[in-house]
Amino acid sequence: MASNEYVVRTKGLVKEFTMGDQTVRALNGVDLDIKRGEYISIMGPSGSGKSTLFNAIGGLDKPNEGSVFINDVDMAQLDASELAYLRCHTIGYIFQTFNLIPVMTALENVTLPTVFAGMPSDDGIERAMYLLNVVGLGARYHHRPTELSGGQQQRVAIARALANNPSIVLADEPTGNLDLKTGTEIIELLRRLNKEQGVTIISATHDLKMVDVSDRIVWIRDGRIAKIEERADIDLKIGEMDGESLH
Amino acid sequence: MNADKQMPTGGMKVQKQIQLPFSKAWQISIKSIKIRFARSVITAAGIFLGIAFYSSVRTAGLFPNSGTGKEVIAAEHRQQWLAYMALLVCFVGITNSMLMSVTERYKEIGTMKCLGALDSFVVKLFFIEATLMGVISSFAGWLGGWLIVVLLHLFSGDLKGFNGAFFSGTLMQLIVCTFIGSFITLMAAIPPAMQAAQMPPAAALRSEI
Ligand SMILES: Nc1ncnc2c1ncn2[C@@H]1O[C@H](COP(=O)(O)OP(=O)(O)OP(=O)(O)O)[C@@H](O)[C@H]1O
Ligand SMILES: [Mg+2]
Repeated sequence: MASNEYVVRTKGLVKEFTMGDQTVRALNGVDLDIKRGEYISIMGPSGSGKSTLFNAIGGLDKPNEGSVFINDVDMAQLDASELAYLRCHTIGYIFQTFNLIPVMTALENVTLPTVFAGMPSDDGIERAMYLLNVVGLGARYHHRPTELSGGQQQRVAIARALANNPSIVLADEPTGNLDLKTGTEIIELLRRLNKEQGVTIISATHDLKMVDVSDRIVWIRDGRIAKIEERADIDLKIGEMDGESLH
Repeated sequence: MNADKQMPTGGMKVQKQIQLPFSKAWQISIKSIKIRFARSVITAAGIFLGIAFYSSVRTAGLFPNSGTGKEVIAAEHRQQWLAYMALLVCFVGITNSMLMSVTERYKEIGTMKCLGALDSFVVKLFFIEATLMGVISSFAGWLGGWLIVVLLHLFSGDLKGFNGAFFSGTLMQLIVCTFIGSFITLMAAIPPAMQAAQMPPAAALRSEI
């Protein structure tokens, strides 16, 4: 195995949530290897554990058992400062609710990760403007999130996720709050970035439009991987998946 | 130390995140106060009113009480009690407005951590904001409470209280009021900010006000 063939690997991930006397096993032993440059969709019914997996891979929450390796580094071994470095430089996050900082303009939002990375502010602004142009929002750089449509906010969030040239972009239902057309545009944008910049994209989604662009689809159910499908096998089975998504 | 962090095949090392200079935190804090100006004014008003109430009670106490010895003692007790009550009201008022203003930003804190902010940087932001808000509003609150009482005395033509003791008392209260107001503001803002900063980002992001 080449040392950096896999950008993300998880081994036996278990995550439990306890509320009162009830324990929910949101992840129940997830083993997943993701190659550099892949476009992966994580699909499954609501409550199956997609967001929980997203949080574990992104170092946003600690699993109870198992490990996540990012570029062969075991995340559990990192201290707070190393984790912050990883979140800043190696992973970009995209959320269903966009999570832009409301008081900052599009440009300031995209520049923020470069500030945390210690980039000189002129370089950071240049980088942010470049990325806003890439996502087609160069003209709206001085607008606040409240002055942008949902699709435009998600574009800003995508530009922000790319600010420090991450090797992984993690997305949790990036099209969940968008209409069909805008959602398709966002998916195409992600695919283009995946192709052109070689960034690995891991996206949790309900959105069957994602199927068309994904290299692999990881189906999860009740906190376990139910099956993994290669893109080649997919086209034949769309009908079956449509049924599956109705749960 | 890094050796055990890698798979046998080796891989990249994870560096430590850099500490941003204080000036950067200052810059972001000032911008944050300015941009949510309306919200900042409401929070500041909570601090202002609390301290203005306390300050007016204490300023009133600087003027000599008239009457017999017994009445003077009773009046002094009443004033003392009023001052304690004022302090309590001011404590609750400030704590309430600061807690609100921090907890409504948990999501923002979670987002910043996703983008690579260190816990200490987040706390620094809130420390600077709270200190600025605390000092400015407490000073203004002291001035407001003091002015009202002094003007009332001036208009009633009662000038015999404005003696040397009054002015040294005033100076003392300026310091005490500004200090107490800033202190309560910080004590109300920092613990929730630290708590949010230390949460896993997933938890901070999930929180809705
Ligand atoms: N913070 C939490 N506290 C308690 N239970 C949680 C928490 N987060 C998730 N869960 C539970 O874990 C399970 C998996 O949740 P998760 O959010 O990962 O599902 P999901 O696949 O992302 O669903 P959706 O498609 O609706 O977003 C659910 O049963 C959920 O109730
Ligand atoms: Mg989810």
